[in-house]
Amino acid sequence: MRLRRTKLYLPGNNPNMLLRGHLFGSDGVILDLEDAVALSEKDTARILIQQVLKRGEFGECEVTVRINGMDTDLWRQDIEAVVPFGVHGVRVPKVENPGDMQLLDEALSEIEDKAGIAQGSTLIFCLLETALGIHRAYDIASSTKRIAGICPGGEDLTADLHTSRSDSGVELVGPRRMVVLAAHAAGVCALDTVFSRITDEEGLREETEFVKQLGFEGKSVIHPNQIPIIHSVFTPTEKEIDKAKRIVAAAKDAAKRGLGAVQVDGKMVDRPVVKRAEFTLQRAGITQEEVQ
Amino acid sequence: MITNALGRKLPEEIPGYGKVRPYEGWNLRKPEGHRDGPRIRATFNDRTDKVLPDIKTAIKASGLQSGMVISFHHHLRNGDYVVNAVLDACAEMGINNLTLFPTALFGVHKHLIQHIKSGVITKIWGSVNGPIGQLVSEGGMEYPAILRSHGGRPRAVTSGDVHIDVAFIASPTADRYGNLSGVGSRSSCGSLGYAHTDALYADVVVALTDNLQPYPIANIGISQLNVDFVVDMESIGDPAGIVSGTTQVTRDPLRLLIANHAAKLIEASPYFHDGISFQTGAGGISLAVAKFVRDAMRERKIKGSFGLGGITGFFVDMLKEGLFERLMDVQSFDLDAVRSIAENPNHVEISADWYANPWNAGCAVNMLDVVVLGATEIDRNFNVNVNTEATGALLHGIGGHQDTASGAKLTVITQPLLRGRIPCVVDNVYSVTTPGEVVDALVTEYGVTINPKRGDLMDAAKEAGDVPLISMEELVEKAHALTGPMDPVEVEDRIIGVIEWRDGTVLDVVRQLKG
Repeated sequence: MRLRRTKLYLPGNNPNMLLRGHLFGSDGVILDLEDAVALSEKDTARILIQQVLKRGEFGECEVTVRINGMDTDLWRQDIEAVVPFGVHGVRVPKVENPGDMQLLDEALSEIEDKAGIAQGSTLIFCLLETALGIHRAYDIASSTKRIAGICPGGEDLTADLHTSRSDSGVELVGPRRMVVLAAHAAGVCALDTVFSRITDEEGLREETEFVKQLGFEGKSVIHPNQIPIIHSVFTPTEKEIDKAKRIVAAAKDAAKRGLGAVQVDGKMVDRPVVKRAEFTLQRAGITQEEVQ
Repeated sequence: MITNALGRKLPEEIPGYGKVRPYEGWNLRKPEGHRDGPRIRATFNDRTDKVLPDIKTAIKASGLQSGMVISFHHHLRNGDYVVNAVLDACAEMGINNLTLFPTALFGVHKHLIQHIKSGVITKIWGSVNGPIGQLVSEGGMEYPAILRSHGGRPRAVTSGDVHIDVAFIASPTADRYGNLSGVGSRSSCGSLGYAHTDALYADVVVALTDNLQPYPIANIGISQLNVDFVVDMESIGDPAGIVSGTTQVTRDPLRLLIANHAAKLIEASPYFHDGISFQTGAGGISLAVAKFVRDAMRERKIKGSFGLGGITGFFVDMLKEGLFERLMDVQSFDLDAVRSIAENPNHVEISADWYANPWNAGCAVNMLDVVVLGATEIDRNFNVNVNTEATGALLHGIGGHQDTASGAKLTVITQPLLRGRIPCVVDNVYSVTTPGEVVDALVTEYGVTINPKRGDLMDAAKEAGDVPLISMEELVEKAHALTGPMDPVEVEDRIIGVIEWRDGTVLDVVRQLKG
């Protein structure tokens, strides 16, 4: 499974960032056609993104394009411009309606057919930036098979909740919990919103630790300097990796010998613990084979 | 025409420069004979006060005449008042046809353009930056500028290639008998390193100070043995332009990325162990490399031997923390460095001769493990250009680039692949400042490119496993693909600049821009 610890936003009208953004080592990049691009610049940005996609130089990054919302008449042109040229997925802002995702699913299928891309290969990531979107999180997350992740909004959401962003982020605790719950219930990724105070490294670390503990798998990123901090929070320590390796190896050994119970360091280990150990190794980029 | 070892075509003789000795190789030219020297003066106890009331009196006393060579140091950087004031006085006194031999010029010296146009200054042997550089590039001077490195300049002086008639030395503190110090006043600049050789070899030395003290002062950088006159001025410079208040590590993500790659290479190199010596500039990427290397030194409990070169507060903090045993300071960049050199005996003032001259019994750069340098552009053969811009204009000096690259065991060039839409990794650099044979690695945002002659470094980087490697061929190809072909610079035949290697051979010439 792909790691999604960090997804770096790159303005769709900035060739410098589009060409070099992937070098900062995030797990994914989001080429932005929405907020970063003025209405009069949408065409230019689509062409620019298309050209950059054609170069195919994003390395290991998961490439998504943030399209304009389903409530605009821009989203269809957006996907037509970028999907045929090799994106892993699209990120849709202000999703409130599961029906919209089915509409998008169909439109993507058409484009994939025409472009000779495997049906269903273009993933959808949903931004839930309104109270209604959060409320319907599970329905949205399970609306089509293409949905790969859901993410709560920040500024838009707090405005819709009739509150404002605070340093502690208390206003987003509820929505974040709902998103995590809905995502895991639907079997998709729970991805957290951006941390906007770009020079506050300690604040970013605290928030990342908090959302990791809630059950998020990663965060959106608005400045490259945030990437190593988020990675360090989501990357397991040597000690954790070592323990996880021993748990997974013991579980494999037990399965091979037909034993139900697993023992590690003289303690019984049950299935959820094994699952968590497997997840730790996944985050550390260690494959099952390597454990052997 | 003759061709030097880098394949650059050069004329056999250049008007205003003389016979061209082509570059042979980085360490092949061997000197012969003895060092040059100043005129001998005798001073007895009937002369115990060298102070003169103003610059004109000093010029008169020095015997300066039209056609002579006058020298200046650049420790007051963009805050300097002295160069302009001395040339204004020369102009008023009707002295002309002077050769200006500065260690460097700054933006503040654009004031000199009027004196170039009127013939007070007819030759500049030193870097020509900013507006003066543009003027020279467009053919505004009769004779070419001669560019020498920080080590090449004292080599030229000590070997007699250049004989200084009068050295004018701005001095933040001086006593009445000509002892000079770079500290102790509002105009403090720290080290007076670049002025030492001029003081020792000029026929006449005039010090200029705005902090005249009774004899003798402490913290003496240049002694009474070499100073003929002392001028008491109201102000030698603007403190705000002399030193920067603080040296901040950049937050620019691209620069941090490049710096991080460079630090990884340094950590992987065979030089990252106790006793490491290190030099970086004060620029964005260099300082960030220093930060990453410092962090790694802390983490791996490594203690360095010395930090060299232009010294910043960052290095001062490393000295205080015990990460370096000594700092060897030819130029102090900021207030922390100025304070430290005045107070800390482990922070040592060294001359440019000591720092970087290849023709002595051993200069400091030879003891250097790692240097991190910048570039305007670099080519397939790792030749580096720091002198000319993409337009072909001669706008930057050599600094210590050639010297530290020659001396250090690991020379790392850090620069982005592109600046705006201009490629910085090219097939062939427009001007050569430092030949590829003394460059070990290039670091861009795309990773680390190791000079194939350093197979050992390549092995070390591969073994470390965390150094992102990319070949020069891939890098050049990437630059080509991103920018397409560049139009060649359009120039006249006339030579406006000569770039010397530190041993006095000619690396390259710069031609006048087409009007």
